[in-house]
Amino acid sequence: MADNVVLLDFWPSSYGMRVKIALEEKGITYECRQEDFQAKSSLLLEMNPIHKLIPVLIHNGKPVCESLNVIEYIDEVWNYKPSLLPSDPYKRSQARFWGDYIDKNVYSIRRKVWIGKGKEQEESKKKFIECLKTLEQELGDKPYFGGEEFGYVDVALIPFTSWFYTYEIYGKLNIEEECPKLVTWAKRCMEKESVAKSLPHPHKIYGFAKQYKQRHGLE
Amino acid sequence: MAQVKLHGFWYSPFTLRVVLTLKLKGIPYENIEEDRFNKSPQLLEYNPVHKKTPVLVHDGKPLCESMIIVEYIDEKWPQYPLLPVDPYERAQARFWVKYADEMIPAVGALFSSSGVEERENSINKIWEHLKVVEQHCFGYEKNIFGGNTINIVDIAFGSAIKFLITIEDIIEVKILDAEKFPHLHSWFNNFKDAPVINENLPDHQKVVAFIKSLLQKSLQSS
Repeated sequence: MADNVVLLDFWPSSYGMRVKIALEEKGITYECRQEDFQAKSSLLLEMNPIHKLIPVLIHNGKPVCESLNVIEYIDEVWNYKPSLLPSDPYKRSQARFWGDYIDKNVYSIRRKVWIGKGKEQEESKKKFIECLKTLEQELGDKPYFGGEEFGYVDVALIPFTSWFYTYEIYGKLNIEEECPKLVTWAKRCMEKESVAKSLPHPHKIYGFAKQYKQRHGLE
Repeated sequence: MAQVKLHGFWYSPFTLRVVLTLKLKGIPYENIEEDRFNKSPQLLEYNPVHKKTPVLVHDGKPLCESMIIVEYIDEKWPQYPLLPVDPYERAQARFWVKYADEMIPAVGALFSSSGVEERENSINKIWEHLKVVEQHCFGYEKNIFGGNTINIVDIAFGSAIKFLITIEDIIEVKILDAEKFPHLHSWFNNFKDAPVINENLPDHQKVVAFIKSLLQKSLQSS
């Protein structure tokens, strides 16, 4: 029986992009359904009743939620190469640590960079750059976070780069100046088909952000 | 030199998760008690990003973040497995582990809340979490995840609930009400009396007294 794979997604979401990259890396055929946050589908509410958020991967009718969780699930079910997580338990724990770091820091701070104002925005910008610098330090001189191969941490972080242009415009930042190695890493990742296919153009994200701010009176 | 070392706080729910995991699997380790007001240079070297406990050091290599440590231990020492074998079941377990992780800061917020309104908001947030668990997690009454042995979700929630009942005593408010949350209440009673768990939970009165003193210390210095 062929696998039935559906992804409930919202195209500007970095979390949705993570799952798309993972699915593309494994060459998995899937149906992508766009959700409207003003009117969430009954399927989304049924498949993720607790958080009511995307992404949700529905595999043969059974839902898996939380993007990093979904990446591990994909890697375990479709357990052929390319592997997304390292096979060594210690290296795996390190990958999970950085995935967790990205989730705890990048997400909560970045919103205030493009939506915040005044002192709050300035503080968030500072924290955001610090966070990117920490990640840049972890990357070091490796081509990818996991070493020679593209993997879990790269998948976890690369979607946020589609938002960099938006952060730069609203936050008056120059991310390439602050974190040149990270930007080089991002360009390297974008050369991969799975990433290029899954990330919207940064200008499209900016258009979304602008509309969002106008609609909510935040411009 | 001991192969496994644990840097932690005896009263912390996060350290507790790692202790219970090591004890359930019968793994010998050296316990290094840290002082939150005077963290060891070793700890700061092992966890430069967060500078927090627990940190597990295995053969000289440090690991941080309690549930990441628990998964690592489970992968390295397969006796008394804590995660299901089936990938879908594993994904469900990880989902609930993350949910338990979200509960602990909510309990911490209750602990440090000032004023009636802030306290009520914190309690409501915790109630929302408990309601979800009560509704969605129980197949059998004994263990959260339906097995007959303690598993990773029990450990994740067990430590969170242990922290909650400590705070309940300090602020003298009952939150995990047996009437409101019959499954959860019954599950926790079974959990805390289970072999190995029972011998390794920190003494309730001691923890209450210590956390109270921490609160007083922080009020004095603010």
